[in-house]
Amino acid sequence: MFQQIMDLISLWLLPLILISILTLGLFKKVPLYEVFTDGAKEGFKVAINIIPYLVAIIVGISMLRASGLIEIIGQLLAPLLSHFRVSADVIPLMIVRSLSGSAALGVFSDIANNAGPDAYTTKLAAIMVGSSETTFYVLAVYFGAVGISKFRYAILTGLIADFIGIAAAVLVCNWMF
Amino acid sequence: MNYIFYFLITISIIAGAVNGKLPDVVNSILTGAELSVKVAFSLIGIMAFWLGMMKIAKQSGLVEIIAKLIKPVTKHLFNEIPENSPAIGDIAMSFSANALGLANAATPIGIKAMDELQKQNIDKKSASNAMCMFLAMSTAGFQLIPATVLSVLIGIGYKNPTEIIAPTLLVTTIAFLSAICIAKIFQKYWIPQKDYRFSQNTVNNEDFTEDV
Repeated sequence: MFQQIMDLISLWLLPLILISILTLGLFKKVPLYEVFTDGAKEGFKVAINIIPYLVAIIVGISMLRASGLIEIIGQLLAPLLSHFRVSADVIPLMIVRSLSGSAALGVFSDIANNAGPDAYTTKLAAIMVGSSETTFYVLAVYFGAVGISKFRYAILTGLIADFIGIAAAVLVCNWMF
Repeated sequence: MNYIFYFLITISIIAGAVNGKLPDVVNSILTGAELSVKVAFSLIGIMAFWLGMMKIAKQSGLVEIIAKLIKPVTKHLFNEIPENSPAIGDIAMSFSANALGLANAATPIGIKAMDELQKQNIDKKSASNAMCMFLAMSTAGFQLIPATVLSVLIGIGYKNPTEIIAPTLLVTTIAFLSAICIAKIFQKYWIPQKDYRFSQNTVNNEDFTEDV
C-alpha cells in the first residue's frame, strides 16, 4: 500500500509541478514560449563555464580513487569501526560518498549485492547513501558556474557536516536495527 | 582550494606508486577529464529546460510566493541578503527541488541562485557568507525520500525497503541542521571577505591624502 503511494507520488510529482508553473504563467498572461526560450538560452553558457572547474575536481578525484588510497584508509580504520558494527565494506563508501555520486551508488550496489537484501550492512549503507549529497561535485559546479575560486569555509563546512552525517547514520542504524 | 588541488594530485600519484597502481592513476587523468566534459554537456539540455521553466515561474509570481512562505527562516540564515532579493526565491526553489528529490531540476535552479548571490557579492572571486550558507544547505543533501536508494533495494529483492525511509530522513535532518549551524559559526569567526566594490576609489583617496 505504502509502496504504491510512493510510486504514485514519484510518478506524478514532476508532471504536476510543470502543469502548475505553466498554468499559473498562462493565468498571469506571461508570454510562455518567449520567456521559456529566453531563460533557456543561459543553459549552454552555464554548462560551458563549469567545465574547467569540473575538470580540476573530477580528474583529482578519479586519480585518488585509482590510487587505491581509499582502500588503505579503509583497512586502517576497520578494527576501530568494527566496534560500532561497521563492516569493512562500508568504510570506502563513507569516503566516496562525498567525492562522487555515481561511484557511491556503484559501491552501494556492490555492498547490497554481496551482503544480501536484509543484512545490517545493507541497511547502514542505504542510510548513508540516501542521506548524503556529493559535496565536492556540488561545490565545483555551483562555485564554477559563477567563477568563484576562493571557497573560504564552504569545503570545511561541507566535510564536517558529512562527518556528522556518517556518525549519525551509524548511531541511528545501531539504534533502530 | 590550492592546497586541496595540490594534495589531491600529489598524494594520488605517491599512493599509486606505492600500491603499484601508477598506470591506473595516469589513465584516470584521461577518463576523469572526459567524464567532466560529458557531465557538463549532459547538463546543457536539462539546464536550459529548467532555467526556462524558472523564468516562467518567476514572471508569474510563483517564486515570490514560495520565497514569502519561507521568509521567516531565510531571514535568519541569509541576513546579509536584502529580504526582497530575487536570490531568496531561487534558494527556496532549489531547496524544494532537492527535498523532493528532483536532482535534475535542483542543479540548474541552484546555479541560478548562485548567480543572484554573486550580484550582491563584495568580492567576485571569493565566496560570500550567503553563498557558503547556501552551499552548506545544498551539500548536506536534505531529501524527503531517497528514491535512488529505494530502487536499488527493490532491485536486489529487499523485503521491506520503505523501513529505510524514516532513519534516512532522521540522519539527513541531523546533517542538514548541523551544516547550517557550522556555517553560522564559521560566518562569525572566519576571516571576513575583502570589499572590492569601491577598491578603485579607496586606492585613489589614499594616494591623494598622502600627497597632501
